[in-house]
Amino acid sequence: MKRIFSLNRHLIERLGFGLLTLMALLTVLPIVGVVIYILAQGAPAVSLEFLTGFPHDGMRAGGILPAIIGTLYLTIGTAVFSVPLGVAAAIYLSEYASDTGLTRLIRIAIINLAGIPSVVYGLFGLGLFVLFLQFGTSILAASLTLSIMTLPVIISTAEESLRAVPQAFRTVSISLGATRWQTIRRIVLKEALPGILTGVILGLERAAGETAPILFTGAAFFLPRLPGSPFDATMALPYHLFVISTQVPEMPIQIQYGTALVLLFFVLGMNLIATVIRSRARAKRQW
Amino acid sequence: MEKTLNWREFIITRAIKASGYSAIVFVALIFFFLLREGLPALVEVPLSTLFSVRWYPIESYFGILPLITGSIIVTIGAALIAVPFGIGTAVFISEIAPRWLREIIKPLVELLGGLPSVVLGFLGILVLSPFLRRFLDLPTGLTAFTGSLLLGGIAVPTVVSIAEDALDAVPRSYREGAWALGATRWQTIWRVTLPAARSGVLTGIMLGIGRAIGETMAVMMVTGNAPVLALTPGSLFSPARTMTATIAAEMGEVANASVHYHVLFFIGMVLFIISLIVNIAASSVVFRSKKRAERVLS
Repeated sequence: MKRIFSLNRHLIERLGFGLLTLMALLTVLPIVGVVIYILAQGAPAVSLEFLTGFPHDGMRAGGILPAIIGTLYLTIGTAVFSVPLGVAAAIYLSEYASDTGLTRLIRIAIINLAGIPSVVYGLFGLGLFVLFLQFGTSILAASLTLSIMTLPVIISTAEESLRAVPQAFRTVSISLGATRWQTIRRIVLKEALPGILTGVILGLERAAGETAPILFTGAAFFLPRLPGSPFDATMALPYHLFVISTQVPEMPIQIQYGTALVLLFFVLGMNLIATVIRSRARAKRQW
Repeated sequence: MEKTLNWREFIITRAIKASGYSAIVFVALIFFFLLREGLPALVEVPLSTLFSVRWYPIESYFGILPLITGSIIVTIGAALIAVPFGIGTAVFISEIAPRWLREIIKPLVELLGGLPSVVLGFLGILVLSPFLRRFLDLPTGLTAFTGSLLLGGIAVPTVVSIAEDALDAVPRSYREGAWALGATRWQTIWRVTLPAARSGVLTGIMLGIGRAIGETMAVMMVTGNAPVLALTPGSLFSPARTMTATIAAEMGEVANASVHYHVLFFIGMVLFIISLIVNIAASSVVFRSKKRAERVLS
């Protein structure tokens, strides 16, 4: 009796572990599948002409250059606003703020910013930047909207890497006569830089792939030329993929997969860069 | 020299402090603009119309109930997928997998978190929905269930990373104690480790579900967008339309400051309040993670 019981116990463990392994595989394999599938289907469509040409024939032929450039502009625009603000906020939280009610309120606000649905950011951008401040449907409005959405990612990762710098570094610097800001700029920021960079890239990666926040703040269905100023609307890769896969009838499937591949390449490329920076910094770190 | 340095330092310190408060300012601004553009809907549309079952804006039917039930049914479906698979994967990563496998699986799950939802929606249209239509013999593959599958995938990384964090934070001595008493590893996981990590796992589930409610593009592309009241489990296999998809699909076509415009902002306000509740509830769960950044990232 006792033996059967203990056999059962181990049988259950075997089955249980098998089940969990299966679940983990079912979670992970589709991800690999998605990437490989898009690579395989999209690769034939990608050519120099596809990457450097304008769409024509109602977007059913030609390239996707304006969408690539547009996403580049939006990503840079987002970085311009969100990086200084986010890093400064992280410095405040890590170096200046004490544990007061206000600081706790800031943290709650950051967590909430991170949870707001992206389409609600779109509404907000429309209300504030496009209409109230009269930026119009523009790269500027879309970048500002994306910046606020990216902010919580940058603040949290930057704060974490600033906090990881040993307290002794600060003490020594201050004791040598440096001011607080000098200490932060020359010692703390320098040491935390790789971690901050990783967070920034991961935040921008998300911004580059987003569609909903730019739908009504800056994305254009089709533009015959590249945007000339921050007040112009722009095409963007994710929005373009949405448009050609749902709004354009009889769209050649090749171009759709090609666009998806370029977008994926953009996003995964940024992801890869972030990972490399992180692991190289970890390997080099002496503390 | 001394003086200019002090001035510079003074200004920079001020600027840094001001940036520190920016998050509060933005949350307040977002709420303010949603209220400003959304509240007029309550005046312009009678409450009995707003909370009715017919959404047909062209003829001024602004019943948001089908959109709310659409969001709910798609999210429940997503949770049914994301919760078991998320927790299962987290347990696998932290308790069972050998180190080398963990180093492969973790980045892959992070990768899933970084995939643009429009790419998933795109594959949803071209691959998943035709497959489901044939496999389940449905009149259309664009159903709430298709949306749930994608959303489940989108919510999984959130659940995994937070739950795994929590499992990781359980002291090793807990497990050793259980093993020493003769428990198998399986029993230890269910009776000791998971209960000890309960609040963190709960936080992960809540934030994962919050992510699913707010997701827009993938859902809009694959759910068929029919504003039908979804009350029975069977509605999972027919087209549905969520609150987020409605805003995304219709905002581009409405005139500014029209009734329809205000109602869409009102829906946005409802979404904002839901996300506020979910996030405050999740962060007030006692679980204190060392890796808060990962939670925000996922």
